[in-house]
Amino acid sequence: MCLGIPGEVVELYPDRPDLAKVDVSGVRRAINIGLLEGEEVGPGDWVLIHVGFALSKIDEEEAAAALSFLEGIGQAYDDELAALAESRID
Amino acid sequence: MRFVDEFRDAETARALAARIASLCEPGRHYKFMEVCGGHTHTIYKHGLEDYLPEAVALVHGPGCPVCVIPMGRLDDAIAIAERPDVIMTTFGDMMRVPGGRGSFFDSKANGADIRMVYSPLDSLKIARQNPDRQVVFMAIGFETTAPSTAMTVLRAKAEGIENFSIFCNHVTIIPAIKAILDSPDLRLDGFLGPGHVSTVIGCRPYEFIPALHGKPLVCAGFEPLDILASVAMLLEQLAQGRAEVENQYTRVVPWNGNPKALQVINEVMELRPYFEWRGLGFISHSALKVRDSYAAYDAEARFPVPGVRVADPKACQCGEVLKGVIKPWECKVFGTACTPETPIGTCMVSSEGACAAYYNFGRFTRERVRVAIGP
Amino acid sequence: MTSEQHVLQRIEAARQRKPRIREERITLSHGAGGKATHVLVEALFLDAFRNPLLEPLEDQAVLCVGGQRLAFTTDSYVVSPLFFPGGDIGDLAVNGTVNDLAMSGARPLYLSCAFILEEGFPVADLERIAASMAAAARAAGVSIVTGDTKVVQKGKADGCYVNTAGVGVLERPVELGAQRCRPGDAVIVSGPIGDHGITIMLARGELDIESDVTSDTAPLHELVGGLLDAVPDGIRALRDATRGGVATILNEMARASNVAVVVDESTVPVRPEVNGACEILGIDPLYVACEGRFVAVVDGAAAETAVAALRTVPGGEGACVIGHVKDDPPGLVLLKTGFGGTRIVDMLVGDPLPRIC
Repeated sequence: MCLGIPGEVVELYPDRPDLAKVDVSGVRRAINIGLLEGEEVGPGDWVLIHVGFALSKIDEEEAAAALSFLEGIGQAYDDELAALAESRID
Repeated sequence: MRFVDEFRDAETARALAARIASLCEPGRHYKFMEVCGGHTHTIYKHGLEDYLPEAVALVHGPGCPVCVIPMGRLDDAIAIAERPDVIMTTFGDMMRVPGGRGSFFDSKANGADIRMVYSPLDSLKIARQNPDRQVVFMAIGFETTAPSTAMTVLRAKAEGIENFSIFCNHVTIIPAIKAILDSPDLRLDGFLGPGHVSTVIGCRPYEFIPALHGKPLVCAGFEPLDILASVAMLLEQLAQGRAEVENQYTRVVPWNGNPKALQVINEVMELRPYFEWRGLGFISHSALKVRDSYAAYDAEARFPVPGVRVADPKACQCGEVLKGVIKPWECKVFGTACTPETPIGTCMVSSEGACAAYYNFGRFTRERVRVAIGP
Repeated sequence: MTSEQHVLQRIEAARQRKPRIREERITLSHGAGGKATHVLVEALFLDAFRNPLLEPLEDQAVLCVGGQRLAFTTDSYVVSPLFFPGGDIGDLAVNGTVNDLAMSGARPLYLSCAFILEEGFPVADLERIAASMAAAARAAGVSIVTGDTKVVQKGKADGCYVNTAGVGVLERPVELGAQRCRPGDAVIVSGPIGDHGITIMLARGELDIESDVTSDTAPLHELVGGLLDAVPDGIRALRDATRGGVATILNEMARASNVAVVVDESTVPVRPEVNGACEILGIDPLYVACEGRFVAVVDGAAAETAVAALRTVPGGEGACVIGHVKDDPPGLVLLKTGFGGTRIVDMLVGDPLPRIC
């Protein structure tokens, strides 16, 4: 039920401003973007799709930030392991 | 798949797992509740529990909107579906949920016109194509889905479609969380907040949890790394003696939610004074109904329903599972009398139900599984 | 033993019990190829018809007539819609039965075909279907040598149902069967999975999803031939992955041989569009039907040779190893997720895609 999938907007419909065609791995469907009224939505934008509606625009900067944070943890862990391996107290 | 695959990287997962382990205080056990059924599903689908130390237990909560629908309500839906003039449309999840006298699936075998749809808009399309039939949409879900149902009703009104109505069973998440926190059965250390519900309601509504109960909540995404990162953030807060609402799912969840979505819900629906939740009993102001101004689209106004309260079967312990008091395998009928093919309760039917998730994915002790996978 | 382990043991015991039909009426689950179908076949049909030739419950029966081994099978086709990207009911009707014969190692020879037509069905559509069957039969090297036609009143038979039965000759001295898998064996799939089931679901038009996915319907006997030529002694079992998908086939093998099948999720080939459609709909590609793919369990030592041989035959370019057989836990299929965790893959329950073949 909470199934929300990221999809890329590939086409808008000039006569239906509440719809957009999105692409998910090569599969395309028209979805309703009425819940994003007030936000600019255009081809190239990514949205979160749930039961045929876009609930939110995906903030690409935040996504990148989240990823670097996660990778940072990974790096920090590797660094710590390396430091642990190198350090001696005896 | 972009925005999905990156958040499934195994290397980073191992690092996160190590971080989680390092954040655990020696000798201390942690119990975090993941409220959302989607989280339960991801955890089992990806085998995430293998990444957590023994000290951290994830408890499944009542965030499965299918699981919490009481049997009597489903009987009402079936009564509508069995009318010869009605085409009932529903999400796939609801098809095999057992009511007092069977499921949608059983009714369909007996001749009722019940169709699976992906979106409420598909249901509206069926209404357009079948002007001589009454099309009813079984509306379920938390605040994630309610805006989509509401938008569909508005669309029906705009197009003057008169043969479409919804049987509204939308429920709201905050009262469920409150019920959990007020329950004496459970001692939790924190919450993984429902990521997609939060795209609609934002993060503010959870502030009462740290404020009144002193427990942290991290609003979590649905990919494996999102969940692991959120567990790490919870442990971090506890280690530092903090209790706050934090947003891990920033790429999708705005702190203030989606105002348009909230506005359409409010336009079409209003809170019921009370609603029965399977396993949790009656909770006030916890579910939505169609406003009088949109009564033309309310299936409950259009069709008579029995409205009879049906008690859960004696053997069914869904309530305790939904509250996280017992684990699925601790239910007396789990896996024997109650299986996915022969479900007694809703937790075993819904793809997000804790029992279904455990039966389908996790039903094997970690030890044995690890040995089998070995080099 | 922990109490959790006790419970799990109790559940395993319950799962081993003799299958019983609990329903009073047939539901769509009974036709989905998953658990309900298996229970129906074992508890009702096997019980009624019981004989040693039927008991193996493979995709075909292997008979010995006048000293010659023959393979014999039948299948009915009720797909909706009748015409879809990549083929039609006619293609399925020929290829499906050819493939069931091929899974025994037999050379398919002759088919029968029986039509059940709905009053009002367009003759032009019937001609199209017959033309497809003729072309598919030619491509597969089989002849349709006998048949039947029935017409039922408007409202029954949803246009056109087809049944085909097939006979083939088993010239190779191979003995294949789901019960022959052993620890150390490799599990191979002949190409990307899920194409047919997704094509049908999208072709129904109810979901408004556009994509370029087409059905993978194809005859498999040449692929099987190439495989058996390269590895004459090391093939344990072959099954084509139709209703219920690869997951169901692997469960059948695990149960029949009482072994564990461990699949590596990252090696399972799925086209990106099929994956995308599955993600949108919340379906697992492992349960989605194919009509031109098979699963082969082969001696571990022969795995590389087997895959190489398949890749040289048209249709087998995407063949790869997706897992291995182990001895424990018996009767179960486990998936090592791309993420590194593990989970169980059970047989299909319910029916996500009604009437796909």
